[in-house]
Amino acid sequence: MSEKNLIHNQSLPEIQDYNILNLGPTHPATHGIFQNVLKMDGEIIIESEPTVGYIHRAFEKIAEHRPFYQVTPLTDRLNYCSSPINNMGWHMTVEKLLQVEVPKRVDYLRVIIMELARIADHLVCNSVIGVDTGALTGFTYMFQEREKIYEIYEEICGARLTTNIGRIGGFERDFSPKVWAKIKSFLKEFPPKYAEFMSLLERNRIFMDRTVNCGPIQADLALNYGFTGPNLRAAGVDYDVRVMNPYSSYQDFDFVIPIGTQGDTYDRFMVRHQEILESLKIIQQAIDGLPEGNYFGHVPEFYLPPKEDVYTKMEALIWHFKIVMGETDIPKGEVYHAVEGGNGELGFYLVSDGGRAAYRLHFRRPCFIYYQAYPEMIKGTMLSDAIITMSSMNVIAGELDA
Amino acid sequence: MLELFTPELLDKSILILVLFLVTLGIAAYSTYFERKVAAFMQDRIGPDRAGPFGILQPLADGGKMFFKEEIMPNASDKLLFILGPSIFMVTSLMTGVVIPWGKDLEMFGRTITLQIADINIGILYVFGVVSLGVYGIMIGGWASNNKYALLGAVRASSQMISYELAMGLSVVAILMFTGSLSMKDIVESQSGSILNWNIFAQPLGFLIFLICAFAECNRTPFDLPECESELVGGYHTEYSSMKLGLFLFAEYINMFISSAVISCLYFGGYNFPFMDMVSNPLLLTVLSVASLFSKIFFFIFFFMWIRWTIPRFRYDQLMRLGWQVLLPLAIFNILLTGGFMTLKDYLKF
Repeated sequence: MSEKNLIHNQSLPEIQDYNILNLGPTHPATHGIFQNVLKMDGEIIIESEPTVGYIHRAFEKIAEHRPFYQVTPLTDRLNYCSSPINNMGWHMTVEKLLQVEVPKRVDYLRVIIMELARIADHLVCNSVIGVDTGALTGFTYMFQEREKIYEIYEEICGARLTTNIGRIGGFERDFSPKVWAKIKSFLKEFPPKYAEFMSLLERNRIFMDRTVNCGPIQADLALNYGFTGPNLRAAGVDYDVRVMNPYSSYQDFDFVIPIGTQGDTYDRFMVRHQEILESLKIIQQAIDGLPEGNYFGHVPEFYLPPKEDVYTKMEALIWHFKIVMGETDIPKGEVYHAVEGGNGELGFYLVSDGGRAAYRLHFRRPCFIYYQAYPEMIKGTMLSDAIITMSSMNVIAGELDA
Repeated sequence: MLELFTPELLDKSILILVLFLVTLGIAAYSTYFERKVAAFMQDRIGPDRAGPFGILQPLADGGKMFFKEEIMPNASDKLLFILGPSIFMVTSLMTGVVIPWGKDLEMFGRTITLQIADINIGILYVFGVVSLGVYGIMIGGWASNNKYALLGAVRASSQMISYELAMGLSVVAILMFTGSLSMKDIVESQSGSILNWNIFAQPLGFLIFLICAFAECNRTPFDLPECESELVGGYHTEYSSMKLGLFLFAEYINMFISSAVISCLYFGGYNFPFMDMVSNPLLLTVLSVASLFSKIFFFIFFFMWIRWTIPRFRYDQLMRLGWQVLLPLAIFNILLTGGFMTLKDYLKF
């Protein structure tokens, strides 16, 4: 932590009355249900004690009793700002366990959806930093843009927030012409509006005063905690799962990993800003280089057969029944698959003992890791800093508690 | 005994009543206007259910406030809990007394001054009464017995006290060349050409005063006392029903009065360009009142414009701005004004 930000130095007087402030679990600034018991000296935070588990829904346990296709809706509810990424990550994990190759077209379609989700996620995070510093207006404009992304989801799968997009092995249907039209108009209309939003905050003196040097974390400390994603990149480490361990044909795309230097709130804000621009580039490349082919792979045990076949063919009817009833056996094995989620490496650790559901499924949830470091990051800062540090880390309660 | 009941008393009573109603009306409609302006800036529609274009919204809000359940925290100090919003409301209503609202009205063969009290320390009176208002916030926040409310109250009081200083000093420069503390004299000294307006003589002073006025009204970027993202509701976290309404309402009154004071001090008050060309005294009065109110409305809009555009400061940054930037600048402004005045006397022009 830099000297300037450490308002409260180590040399405390011996006897002092501290104030205990209960920040949360229901507080307008905690986006979701977190509790922080702060020990304060006036407005300066001496110590903080976070509590987790307010919306723990035991997803990992539930997943042990469910067929794989029913786990997808659970992943929706992890980081609900970018649920398509979670869905795709889960599908790819299962495909890895089954050792199934999906067609290139599926990869590209997945990339398009995942990058749209990343934009939506970062838009929410960045505009909410604005809200927490008091600039509400940019938020409303960015939510209109996010709405357009949600309309694209809606056109693809019918859902908006908890999307449940795609299936194990591909997609239930190819993108319709309407989807392509919506994606193209989004790519065209979004950048100028986004630039307008950024011009409100990017070089705003008050905003910079608030965010520069606010809640910083150094690279080594961040690595020790296990930071990933934009928060680690803001600290200056260029770790991105899309590049380090490419999945879904990310190696085909040309994009830059933006990194920061200080690891403070402003850097996190700017890293997310740059990533939005990079995501737009990736989507454009995916559209330009979209390969022809099938929109699903050959996974008869998990991919529902077409309805006409179910009504006319014996084989299809059997598979349909077995899939819906969750009666397909899974090969024995152990896989870990990670995707670059909205706010970090979202990992799925899946152990199968050959039954019909996972023996054990663990989600590596980046928010859970960020929240561990939160007390250390806000120590000695002011209450206002603590609030925007929290929003700039984009800790989402659904992912934190799973 | 009888001489108390002069026609003048009647004039003043009517004027007080009118001013009271106008202040309340403008404050009420400022809430509507604020929501409409916010909606316009945020690409929304805003209130449009109550009446045509939602113009009855303030009445509906007021009615709602009255009928809401009144919740008083068990651990609060009951007397002070009620006293807080009352003080805030009363003090903000009192400030309008010294503002000259227009040219003298010639009616029924008598001259009626459109100013309730032309006291010779007018501007000092405004400062005095406004700074009493902070007691309302402080008492209210403290009596709530809530940590967020207390933090908000502490922020509010320290903010208002530190900004009052720079505000007062920026006005000193005006007093130096006007030579009077009376609001009426200050406004009269700006009559004639538009170039007589103090804004041209005191651009720096105006800037300091404007910033301090924002801080005094607890408006963004100085809305720390009630910033909803940190302190839930700030000093009025525990308030409900009409007591909350009084707090919110008094803030809009403060905004209205601040706009009026800014207009009077720096923008010529009720003066308007080519005033000499109007010969009808009644028309002149009406136009002068309209002129002042259009300036006031512009500043009310300006307050809202800023609120929906920029983020807010952090507590320590706000104090630094007040003490380390605005205060020295205000003193420098006084020196500058004094220097110019001496130079003017010396060169005799």
